[in-house]
Formats: sequence, C-alpha cells, structure tokens
Amino acid sequence: MKLFTWYVSVISVCLVVLTGMAQASELTLYSGRGEAFVKPIIEQFQRDTGIKVNVRYGDTAQLAVLIQEEGQRSPADLFWGQDAGAMGALANAGILATLPQDVYVGLPDIYTSATGQWVATSGRARVVAYSTTRVKQEELPQSVFDLTRPEYRGRVAIPPTNGSFQAFVTAMRVLHGDARTLEWLEGLKANQPKIFRNNTTSVAGIADGEADFALVNNYYLPRFTATDKDYPVAQTFFADGDVGNLVNVAGIAVLKTSKQQNAAVQLVRFLLSPAAQQYFTTVANEYAVTPNVISNPDLTDTKVVLQAAPKINLDQLADLEGTLNLLRRAGHL
Amino acid sequence: MTGYNELMQYQIGLMRKWIFGAGRKAPPSLLVPALVVAAAMFVPLVYLVARAMQADRQQLVTLVFSSRNLELLINTLLLTGGVLAIGTFLSLPLAWLVTRTTLPWRRLVTVLAVVPLAIPGYVMAYALMGIGGRYGVAARLFDLQIPNIQGYWGAVIALALYTFPYLFLNLRAALLGLDSSLEESARSLGYSNMQIVRKVIFPHLLPGLLAGYLVVGLYVMGDFGAIALMRYEAFSFAIYNQYAGAFDRIYAAWLSIMLLALALSFVVMEIFVLRRRRLASVGSGSIRPAKPAVLKKLLPVAILYLIVVLGSSVLLPVLMLAYWLVLAPPDISIFLQVPWTFVSSASAALPAALLAVVLAFPLCYLAARYPSPLIIWMERSAYIGYALPPLTLALAMVFFALQTAFFLYQTIFLLIVAWTIATLVLAMGPIRSAILQARPNLEEASWSLGYGPIATFFYVLLPRLRRGIIAGIVLVFLFCMKELPITLLLSPTGFNTLAVSVFTRTVEGMMAEAAPFAAAIVLFSGISVGMILRREKAL
Repeated sequence: MKLFTWYVSVISVCLVVLTGMAQASELTLYSGRGEAFVKPIIEQFQRDTGIKVNVRYGDTAQLAVLIQEEGQRSPADLFWGQDAGAMGALANAGILATLPQDVYVGLPDIYTSATGQWVATSGRARVVAYSTTRVKQEELPQSVFDLTRPEYRGRVAIPPTNGSFQAFVTAMRVLHGDARTLEWLEGLKANQPKIFRNNTTSVAGIADGEADFALVNNYYLPRFTATDKDYPVAQTFFADGDVGNLVNVAGIAVLKTSKQQNAAVQLVRFLLSPAAQQYFTTVANEYAVTPNVISNPDLTDTKVVLQAAPKINLDQLADLEGTLNLLRRAGHL
Repeated sequence: MTGYNELMQYQIGLMRKWIFGAGRKAPPSLLVPALVVAAAMFVPLVYLVARAMQADRQQLVTLVFSSRNLELLINTLLLTGGVLAIGTFLSLPLAWLVTRTTLPWRRLVTVLAVVPLAIPGYVMAYALMGIGGRYGVAARLFDLQIPNIQGYWGAVIALALYTFPYLFLNLRAALLGLDSSLEESARSLGYSNMQIVRKVIFPHLLPGLLAGYLVVGLYVMGDFGAIALMRYEAFSFAIYNQYAGAFDRIYAAWLSIMLLALALSFVVMEIFVLRRRRLASVGSGSIRPAKPAVLKKLLPVAILYLIVVLGSSVLLPVLMLAYWLVLAPPDISIFLQVPWTFVSSASAALPAALLAVVLAFPLCYLAARYPSPLIIWMERSAYIGYALPPLTLALAMVFFALQTAFFLYQTIFLLIVAWTIATLVLAMGPIRSAILQARPNLEEASWSLGYGPIATFFYVLLPRLRRGIIAGIVLVFLFCMKELPITLLLSPTGFNTLAVSVFTRTVEGMMAEAAPFAAAIVLFSGISVGMILRREKAL
C-alpha cells in the first residue's frame, strides 16, 4: 500500500512537471503568411530557444475571422497577419495583449501600432509602376491625385478588389477625409481606368500594353525583372509624403487569451532580430523594420522609403467597411 | 366529446402520415440515421441565425436591402445559367459517346472526363488567364495575340470546365441505366428518331440532368475562388468581401442566408419538376443495354470534339503545371514531400467519402421508397451543407464545436464530419438515381421469400447500387482532395494536405514551388478515379 501511494505520487509529480513543461515550451501561431516563407525562420527560433511552435497556416482574413469566432477559447498564442487592416481589426475587437514597450520603442512610427498591441515584422510600399516604352519622364505623376487629370485618361491600371489597394484607399480617407477620397475615386472612375484583379496582373497589364501606369505594391515588379531583364516596366514613388506611397506592413501580435505571454513575446522579439529582418528583406523583397540590415539591391533604400511614406496611424486602417462603401458609391465595386 | 376524440385521432393520423408516409411505415433503423443527418444540416443554420441577430439595424438596412444586392442576384443567375449551358454542351455528347457508340478507348475517355474534378479551381483559372495577353503563353510560344480571358466569360468558362464532370457522370449513369427495349418499342410503334429522343430518352435523362444541374448550380453560387480570380461580382463574391475586406462575420451571415434562400428555391423547384415521375421499369428481366452505334462519318467530328473538350479541361491545366515546373524547377526535396502529403490528404478524404456514402443511403432509400413529406424535407435539407460557401460552413462548425464539444475542436474527426456535411449531396446524386432505377418488386420478392432486411440489402439491393455507390465515393473523395477553406479552419494545427501545401506556397506568390503539389492532386486523383472505375465492373 505504501509502495502504491509512493508510486502514485511520483507519477503525478512527473505528470505535473511534464504538462508544465509542455505548456511552457509550446506555442501556437496562426499565420497568414505562407509556409514557404515562415517555416525556415520558425525553425531557427526553435533551434535557438528550444520553444516548439505549432503553426496553423491560412488566409490572413480568414484567420482573423476565426480568432474572433474562437474568442476566449482560442488555442492561438500569436497571430501573424499579412496586412495592418487585419491587425487593426483584431486590436479594435479587444482580442490582443499589449506588448512590452521595449519591443517597439525606437522603431519608425509607421511600423508600430499606436496602442502597442501589435508590431510590424516587415513593410511594403505602394508605388506607381509605368511603361518604359510609352511613358516619358515628365509624364510621371507627382501625386496620386494627379491621376484624375485628362492626360491619364484610359491609361491607369487599378485593382479595386485587392486588399492592398483598399488599404491604400483607407489611408487616403484617414489623411484627406471621406469627401476628398470620394471625389478622387469618382474622378478616377470617370477617367476610364483599366480594372485588374491584383497587383501582379496590373504589372503584367502594363507589359501587355493594356495600361501605361499601375498603382501596385513594390515587390511584384522584381518578380518579373528577375527572369526578364528587358521587362518593359519600371516603378517609382510619388512626391515625398504623398498617400500614394503608403507603406503597409505584415504584423505580429500576442493574443490576450494566451497562457504563455512570455514565450510569445520572445517570438515577437526574435522576428525583429537582425537575423530574421535580414531574411525578410532578402527572401521576400520586403523592407526591414529595424535598421542594421543589408539592403536588398532590388529594393529602394529603406531611408528613401521612410522619407517618401505618408505619416499615418496604421491602426486606423481597420475601417475597411467604410472604404468598401466609398468604392461602391464611386462605382468601382 | 366523441367529436373531439375523432378530431384528435384524425390529427394524429395526419401527423403520422406526414412523418411515416401513407403506405408502409419507414423502418426506424433508417429513419434514425436520416434524422441525425438532417439535424447536422441545421447546425450551420443555427449559427447563421445566431450571427445575423447581432447585426446593427441601420447598417443592416444599407447592406442587405441595397439595390446592389439585386445586381448581385442578377449576376449570380447569369453566371449559373451560363455555366449550366456550357456544361451541358461539354457533357451530353461526351456521355453519349462513351455509353452508346463504338468510340475507341471509351474507358480512358471516361476517366479523363472525370479528372477535371481533381483540378484545383485556381489552377484552372490561372491556366485560362495565362493564355491571353501580350506576355501570355499563346504569345510566347506561338506568337499569337489573343485577348485576356476574364470577367463574365472567364468565370463561366473556368467554372464550366471543372464542374461539367458532375453532369457527365449523372448523364452517363442515366444512359447506362436506360433500358433499350423502351426505345425499340417506341420505334416499332412508328416513332421517328426525334420523337424517341423527345418522348423516351429525354424524360429518362431529365432526373439525372436536373440533379447534375442542381449540384453544379449550387457549386457555382457558393464558389469564391474562380469568381474572385476572374473579378466577376456574384453573390459569393460579396460574402467573400465581407470576410476578407471587413473581417466581418455578421453581414456575411446575412448575405449567406440570402444566398441559401436562393439556392433552396432551386432545390424546391427541382422537386416540382420531377413530381410524379416513375422511371423504374416494371417488366421482368434485367436491363438490356442498347446496341452501340457505329460512328462512321461522325468519327472525325467526335474526335475533334474530344480534343476540344478534354484539351481545354485536362490538357490545358496540366500544361500550365508543367510550364511552372519547367520554368523554375523546384528543389528535389519538395518532390520528396509529395507522397507523404498525399497519404495525409487521403487519410482524411477517404473516411469522409465512405461516411458520406453510408449516410447518403438511408436518406435516398427512404425518399425513394417511403416518400412522406417529412422524409422529402429531410432529404432536401442535405443541400444546405453543400449550398453554403465552405468558409461559412467551416465557421459554423467552429461555433458548434466551441459551444458544445470543445474536445472535438481542431481534430481530424471534426474535419471529416464537416467535409461530409459539405459533400453529402454529391454522394446522394448517383445513389438516388441507382435506387430509382432498381425495381422495388425485387426487394418485395426477397422479403416474401423470407429474407430479412439485412440479407435483402446485401444480396438484392447492394449489387444494384454498386455503380451509384462507387460514383458517390469518387465525387466526395475528389472534392475533399482539393478542398481548402474547411481544411484551413478545421484541421488539427500542423495537419498538412496537398491542397494546403499548394495554398501555403501560392499565398507568397511561389507558383513553381506549389506546382508539384498541385500536379500530385491531379495525378493521384486521376489514378484513384481510374482504379475505382476499373472496379466498377469487377465488383
């Protein structure tokens, strides 16, 4: 009997220790970024820290909706989303924990949430892509607002259903107000834009001769020029501070319901470490969030980007519903 | 007092008739599983209503009752109509060629005609979109400038090309089950060929054709993928925008309810069209297959037709995958992951296919043999799971598991159940046709000879349902192999399927890395279909 009691207590102690260990060393990450991109960096984190990370991959928006649906019972410790809109939506829903200040203090304003509930892991800029064969240098627009002028009639490609484009319109509403944005959208519509599905097809549309300009993200053109040096498209920023140069970000956040806040924050810190940042800029053609990273030769220098980017609170990009309403009213959707 | 009792009895009688039907009483051993299935179909409804109730009234009015929804409704109907028309053109001659003619390699053609079901929608859409344009495949390889395929026609063609096999399989089964003695009697009565087609063949094909239309039509209404890629604004696209643009579950629920209402009105319409049709032959003896027509002058036309249909639905996407593979050959280690990922996919897809078939049987059998109003409604409720956009269904299952059975959440079991709810209708189509064509008097004879229901099922019914059951398994299996939204939300964290592998690469724009997995879906699914169809005769 004594032996039995002894046995039971040893086993229960072992179980408690084991479950404790399992809890302390396993994180669940919901990732809107793809496996091919995420896996190498997460494996590095596991090797460095011994903390196991289970990753659930999915579409950013679907995972953001899923986390809201799961609420209190969410198994996720962290959420890594493709865009600020999704991060802002979760922050506004009161689902995210506040990060320790030292994680984000010192980063450029455009890379952090004002409430400290999430932080950017990498950035990408909106640019204007143009045809190198049909566009003269003096024709390049100085502001995105110029595109409603008669000389751009029927020449501009836009992807109104694309998330990045919609985030840019939201930024315009934040900086210039709904009335001015609606006016621009209606002017653009009247100027007979060429409608495309997404950034890639918009860039390809310029090469195909269907349009001369396109409002796109910065990292699509390098994908074409990587295989075809003579690809007849180039890209540039508008004047400094123009909303057309919006820098959007992929962001990471810790969920309030996570029982392992410390380990989760450790992963956030790791993604902002020089090694991880170097990986993002080299492999994904995106801009690093922290300094001290060797610039990717295919990208504009980070300093130029920070100077060109409009100053905006990224948490305000969450109101996509308002943007969809405006796009509908102007007849783009 | 007696009057009251009589009234009560009359009402109880009515209720009994409503539940069990007018004739023989439906056996509880079938009624219970059928009730479970119908109850499962109400899970998504409960979820949608729960979410819809949270809506803010003012927002609701602007979103739900806007004139834009009318536009979306019209677009959805135009799209569905277009896909059905093109799908018929692709499938009807094909079904006739493989069942009623001496066309060479009919079995191979049959397998190839089913393969498009295994091709992920985005591959088909990318393949179509990659042809045209200045930098499209046509321009690069053949110096041929053709316009981009997109918008309405892009969506119609892409959807028709990967849904027409549903029509083909239904029509093929109907043609194989058609007793040629009917045609011969009609001919001996002096009917012309046109009259035979109109009065004999067409009425017999109608149930299969309508069942196929329903399956394809509801798929088209709920599909996000091709519609979003082709930029065509149908209803499902608006739901997609609610989730993807606004991260909103509540107005998405309203739009889903509206979509479901539209879908179910089609389901009810089919009941009325098919009402009071009796198709099982009453004569004795087995079905005599028709003598195959010898194609003489028609053979070149038939071959040209096959080249167009199979070329665009099978060869084109396969070439697209090959192009990606050759363009940037991925690392060999990626190829080594493929077999294991296939096993993982199949380990969930096969149980779902078997479960769907097992659950489809009681519903179809009851509806065919004991058609009381309750049973008809239960059978029709199975369309709910299929008509909903998969993402909405997945969220409903998340809601259900979190509210009632948390231990099931993110388990393989829940994934299989959700897949089964989504695909039950696919399994029911061919099984229902098989039961309708099997004559009830054989079962009655078996009972009168003293065999119990179990023996009758295995010795009399099952051999006659073989073809329907196999078709059901194939359809569900292929659907699950390429299914994405439900898998992404409900599978255990870290569970990998071929479709998920494709998605996690394309989401970062890595088409070449995704290509081996997409090719594996097409290849392995094609092989599975081939093997299953081979067993069709041997079983």
